[in-house]
Order: sequence, then structure tokens, then C-alpha cells
Amino acid sequence: MTTDAAAKGSLKATPARRRNRRMPPEANIFLVLIGIALIYEILGWLLIGQSFLFNQQRLTIMILQVSVIGIISVGVTQVIITGGIDLSSGSVVGLTAMLSASFAQASTWPRALYPSLTDMPFFVPIGVGILAGMLAGYINGQLIAKTKIPPFIATLGMMVTARGLSKWYTKGQPVSGLSDSFTFIGTGIWPVVVFLAVALIFHVALRYTRYGKFTYAIGANTQAARVSGINVEAHLIKVYAIAGMLAGLAGVVTAARAQTAQAGMGVMYELDAIAAAVIGGTSLSGGAGRITGTVIGTVILGVMTSGFTFLRVDAYYQEIVKGMIIVAAVVADVYRQKKRAKA
Amino acid sequence: MVVSPSTMAAVRKSGAIPNAEFLLTAEDVRKEFPGVVALDDVSFRLKRGTVHALMGENGAGKSTLMKVLAGIYQPDKGTVRLRGAEIRLRSPLDALENGIAMIHQELNLMAYMTVAENIWIRREPLNRFGLIDHGEMYRRTEELFGRLNIQIDPEARVGDLSVANRQMVEIAKAVSYESDVLIMDEPTSALTEREVDHLFQIIRDLRTQGIGIVYITHKMNELFEIADEFSVFRDGRYIGTHASTEVTRDDIIRMMVGREITQMFPKEDVPIGDTVLSVKNLNLKGVFHDVSFDVRAGEILGVAGLVGSGRSNVAETLFGVTSATSGTIEIDGQAVVIDSPTTAIRHRMAFLTEDRKDTGCLLILDVLENMQIAVLQDKFVSKGFVQEAELSGVCEDMCRKLRIKTPSLAERVENLSGGNQQKVLIGRWMLTDPRILILDEPTRGIDVGAKAEIHRLVCEMARKGVAVIMISSEMPEVLGMSDRIMVMHEGRVTGFLDRAEATQVKVMDLASR
Repeated sequence: MTTDAAAKGSLKATPARRRNRRMPPEANIFLVLIGIALIYEILGWLLIGQSFLFNQQRLTIMILQVSVIGIISVGVTQVIITGGIDLSSGSVVGLTAMLSASFAQASTWPRALYPSLTDMPFFVPIGVGILAGMLAGYINGQLIAKTKIPPFIATLGMMVTARGLSKWYTKGQPVSGLSDSFTFIGTGIWPVVVFLAVALIFHVALRYTRYGKFTYAIGANTQAARVSGINVEAHLIKVYAIAGMLAGLAGVVTAARAQTAQAGMGVMYELDAIAAAVIGGTSLSGGAGRITGTVIGTVILGVMTSGFTFLRVDAYYQEIVKGMIIVAAVVADVYRQKKRAKA
Repeated sequence: MVVSPSTMAAVRKSGAIPNAEFLLTAEDVRKEFPGVVALDDVSFRLKRGTVHALMGENGAGKSTLMKVLAGIYQPDKGTVRLRGAEIRLRSPLDALENGIAMIHQELNLMAYMTVAENIWIRREPLNRFGLIDHGEMYRRTEELFGRLNIQIDPEARVGDLSVANRQMVEIAKAVSYESDVLIMDEPTSALTEREVDHLFQIIRDLRTQGIGIVYITHKMNELFEIADEFSVFRDGRYIGTHASTEVTRDDIIRMMVGREITQMFPKEDVPIGDTVLSVKNLNLKGVFHDVSFDVRAGEILGVAGLVGSGRSNVAETLFGVTSATSGTIEIDGQAVVIDSPTTAIRHRMAFLTEDRKDTGCLLILDVLENMQIAVLQDKFVSKGFVQEAELSGVCEDMCRKLRIKTPSLAERVENLSGGNQQKVLIGRWMLTDPRILILDEPTRGIDVGAKAEIHRLVCEMARKGVAVIMISSEMPEVLGMSDRIMVMHEGRVTGFLDRAEATQVKVMDLASR
């Protein structure tokens, strides 16, 4: 038995091994990020004679592009830590972008969806988007906790339904003419600020609150968590509602950034968000993962895309390589776990 | 000269097997894991036609040695000889093809496949179209079962079998490889006495056929009943090999722990207070019926019965894991409704479950996270934030008090030995300061030293006035620890015995009534 050996080992663990333990797991991922950036830097000088890193404009665009994925990913990470998955976030972005935009139209716009509800204060559309997302997540959570269907199926259902709803809402028409007070949240550095604020809040929540401890416990062993007195069903509903809420927030930011909303917004975002979490070290088997890792994972996705564009690589190749990198990240995770189990 | 496993396997198939006195030997085998020497130049010899028991506390290295012999681990140093020829086993498959089969403690069967499919996997009989011949497969299974006197339907799904029957399937599978060496890792830990008898009969039959059996166990009586020889290991080192007829129980314990254990079951007399928990006519349809009993403060109520008698189900129902169909539960004379573990904890109940891995440990989380999870329900939390500094101090004290061997609170629980894992779980419940403590097989699969310490802790809880319900399949434990024993059989309480009058025979009589 491995535990036999390791138990004895734990008594005389070498100092080196202990130091190793103290290194945050994100350190590895961070090194990967640095590595990828350096590769682009070198290729940049070799192929097109430009610096990749020392270009503030490029870095700004890159981080802006990934903030929406990042906001979603913070929620998705928590869902994955419980041992679940959320496939609905991309569609929820589309739906909440439409909903919030419809309450953010300016009175100067001639074709407002609700002519009597124009020029609303900024918190109304934002609140509508966030609440709608939370409701979608709450429904996911209810389905999973009460009917015991797998999260994959529940959120797949929500993914299709929410996308359908966002198309039905305006019969496919985009929602435009958004007021400046609303689009403000999508301008400048604001999306990044929202992303980092969300990341900070949930980093603290996961590490220092009871909510976080219970989230990890459920992912590590649902049955043991239940016997320890955790109301697993209620907690799962909470986690999915939070993930939905963050997808809703991402929808708001998307609409504000684009200054319009379309039913097709956020397609495939759920997969990017899951990829960011997994690249950041969140284990799909539950119980392990950190927001800091997810943030780095998100930035890695951004750097990859931005780097390809910088090197003028065809979009087709971008997707092919992105897919392989995601798989490689999971392979590395499995390998790490195996090594740990043996040690 | 090192014989390659495939050559050896071919030689074996041809029937020209060199006849050596020892089926399997290991010499100076060393195996290190990062930061630990799991096997420190260990030697081992298995004679043909014998049962060789391996004894030692958890962490002594016996499982590691067996994994080396079964090809799961490769030794860093040392030689393994099969019938006198040196051999390097590179995988479990290598070992199987050379006639070494291992039956793991955690059963490795596929729950959704049939018994026959599980046994013949990778060796399915094919018909002339190259498709699997299920009829032939079932016939062969029946033949195999007939030989071993096992009554299990080959077409049943393994997931539907009892733990005991799954164990039998595992054994049949190992035998089906026509193995010369069978390695059994605590095969009786989930079996009832009758099933153990059956298993021992099978083992004796195999022994007369010349098969060598390596038998890892923690149970002393089994050693004397079934083993011809035994080897003792301690802290990764080989201590000695003896014939089981030439030693006493105390000798073995001394060899295992390197010290004398004077008091195995130290239940002390403590003043017994008022009734704390009173259960009346509790029913769970189809599982148990009309269960009624009282437990008083400071009292240890032992619950005996065969596996499947409903003991664990009663415990789960009391704790709200499953809801009762009917019946009442009273705490301090007040009727209470316990619909979830959360409510149970609110009534200051604690429940150490039977299966440490499935329903106890959060294996990939650390010691602190495992210990704090129950107490966080209502303590050490302020405005949602965990008072980490204070809590880790308390947990550190608890680790010291329970003598949990761990480098720090940040060690993952999966890296601890079984006994230490169990102590972490006991710590989890002690933190909640319970009044009613339900223990389901508190010492299953853990070593003698840790066992004694857990008994000491349970006694200490009783002394503080906790009402304890202790389910156990180990007769000496039940007899030694309990103030009173409740015996169950097929979902019904068949009797109560006081400490003074309880004997093994009386308990067994009630348990099989």
C-alpha cells in the first residue's frame, strides 16, 4: 500500500521535500506562462523583427480580450472544484448580454425594445444581467442537487435553452443604441478591473471562508462531506448560482464593450473558461484548484491567441494548437497526480 | 543470469518447471520512495504448499513487499527468484503470466460487468467468428466455482453482489490463472465468520494442491488457524520468520511492535449516568425492524452481528444519512427528528463511518481541512470567515493528543497510514464535542498499536460522559470494550448482553439466531 510507505516517510520527510510543498502549485503554471511569452518574444525577433512583450498596446488588448473569459472562469473553477462542470456559461453570456442591453437603451435611439424604459440608471441593466445569470445558475443547481442528474447534462440543457431564449427574445434582432452610462463598464481598463475584483473576491472566499472549505470538501468526497454535516444540495445550488451570476456579469461586460448585444455572443466561451481553469491546475475530478491558477490560465490563453496574431499565424492553426495545448495541460495534471500518488 | 519474464512464462507453459523447494524468494530487496525507505534490505521465502502469513503494523512494509512480488513496484535493489531462477517482473501482467496472482485489499472488479466477464477478462473464450463465446465463458466459470465450492451466478452483475461474494470472485479469478503463488491482502476484513470459514476451506484445498499462499493479516487468530509460517516486519525491516506452531500470541505482538502491549482493551469502569439517547421501534422498510435501545452517558453500547445484519443501517439512520420509515428517537427524553447529518450534529451527535475511504476521508485534502470540516458547522467561523489561526492551533493540539503521525497539518491525508487517517477522523468528531458518539468498525484494517490508542480514546470519551455506540465485527473488541452488547441478526435486535455475562459463544448464538 502506498499509504504504508508514505506514512513512515512523512515522519522523516527531508527538508527539500517540505520546501517543495510550500511552493504554491501556481508556480509551475506561471513558469509555463513566462515560457510561452519568451518563445513568442524570440520568434518575434527572429521572424518579424519586433518585440512581443514590450508593446503596451498589445498587452492591453490581450488582457481586455481575456477578461470576459476570466470572469466566467472564476465561476467555472468553483463548479469544477465541487466535481461538477458548467457548459451553460457561454449561452448565459449571450442571454444576459441581450437582457441587460434591452434595459440600457438610450432614449435617442429610435428603435428601443422598451420605449418607456429608456435611459435607465446604469445599475438597472447591470442588475438585470447579473440576476438573470444567477437565475440560470440557480436552475442548474436545483436540477443537479434535486434530480441528481449529472452536471454535464443539466448544464448542457441550460446551454441549449439559454441560447434559444436569447434568440427568441428579439427574434434574432441585435439590441443597439446603448446609453453611455452603461457602456462605460466596457470601456478602457474597466473589464480588467471587474475581472481582477471578481478574482480577488472569490480567491478570498475559497481560501478563507466556510463557503470555500465546504466547496473543496464536497469535491474531495461528497459522501464524507454529507456525513460531516454539510448540506451538500444547498451548497451546490449556491455554487452553480454564483457561476451563473458571474456568467451574467460577463454578459453585461460583453454587451457594454461591444456597445450592442447579439444572440450569438459568448459562443464557445464556456470551453475557454473550462480550459483556463484546467490549465490553471483545477482538477476535473474535483477537490483541487485555485483562483490564482485560473487567472494565470486565463492569461495563458490570452497570450497564446495574441501571440499567434502577432506572428500572423492563420486562425485555423490557432485553434488547432489551442486544442492541443488544452489536452497537454490535462495530461500534465494527470501525470502530476500519478507522481504524487506514487510518492 | 536473469530470466526474462516472457521466457519464464513460456517455460512454465511447457510444463518443464524446475522443481525448487521455494516457490518464491526475495533477497535483500530494497525499495525507497521519496524521503522514505519502505523496504530496507528485506528477505522472504515462500515454500510450496504452505500458507505464509505476513504480520506487521501498518507501514511495516508488508504491502510494499507484496507489490514488489506482484510486479506492481520494481525494487531498487535485491533479487526476486521464482523457483530458483532470478526474475524481474515489470508489471502485474508479467507476474500473472508467471503464476503470481494478487488479490488486493480494495477489490479490483468492474461493477457493471458480469461475474464471468470479470474473471475471464483479457482471456475470453472466442467462437469461430472471433466473437466472445458467452456460453463457454459461463460454463468455465461454473466449473471453476464448482471446484472452489462457490455458489454465485456467473451471469450476475458484480455490482449487485455482496462484498463477501465479490471477494470470492476475486479469489476465483486468481485461481483461474492456475497460479502457483496467491497473494492475499487482508482477505477477511469484510467477511463474516461463516464466510471466513469458507475462505479458509478454499485456502486449505489450494495448499494441498501445492500452491503457495502469502497471506497478509492483522488478525492474530487467523494466523494460528490458517498459517503454516509467518514473517514479521517492522518499519520496513524484516524481523523474523517462524512456524506458527512454535510461538504465542504475545511473542508475535512483541515482534510486531517491539514492545509489550499489556492492555489491549482498556475499558475502565466509569460512572454511568442518565439515558441520553433512546431509540424506540425504529424501522427502515426492508432493512431493519423494531430496533429499540437506550444508551446512557458514559456507557459504551457494543453492537454485534454479522455483516448484513443491519447494524450499519441503524447507525446511518440515527445520524440522518437515511431517513427512517417509522419510529422515534429521543435525546434527553425529548423526541427529536433527525432528517440529515446537519441536524444530527446540531444535536451533538458524531458518526465515524465504516468506510474510511468512501465516506470518511477527504483524501486529497490536508489534515487540517479534514479535521475542521464538521466543527465548521457552528464554530470557528465569524461572518463566514474561518478563524484559521485559532482553529489550526486547536487542530495541532488534537494531533498531539491523538498522537497522529504527520509532518504537519498541511500533509495530505492520503499520505497517512490507515491508523492515522482514522485518528484524524476521530479528531474531526472530537472537535465537535459530541454527547453521542457512533462508531462503525472504528479499528478495521489498522495496526495493533493504533488500535489500542483508539480504544483508549473511546474510553476517555466515555469517561467524560459521552454515550458511545460501537459497531464492531471483531469479537474481542466488542467483548472487551462494551458495557452492554446489542446483538442484531437480519435486521432485528436478537438480544442484549451485559458485560459480565457476555461471551463469544453467547454473542455468536444471538447473531445467528
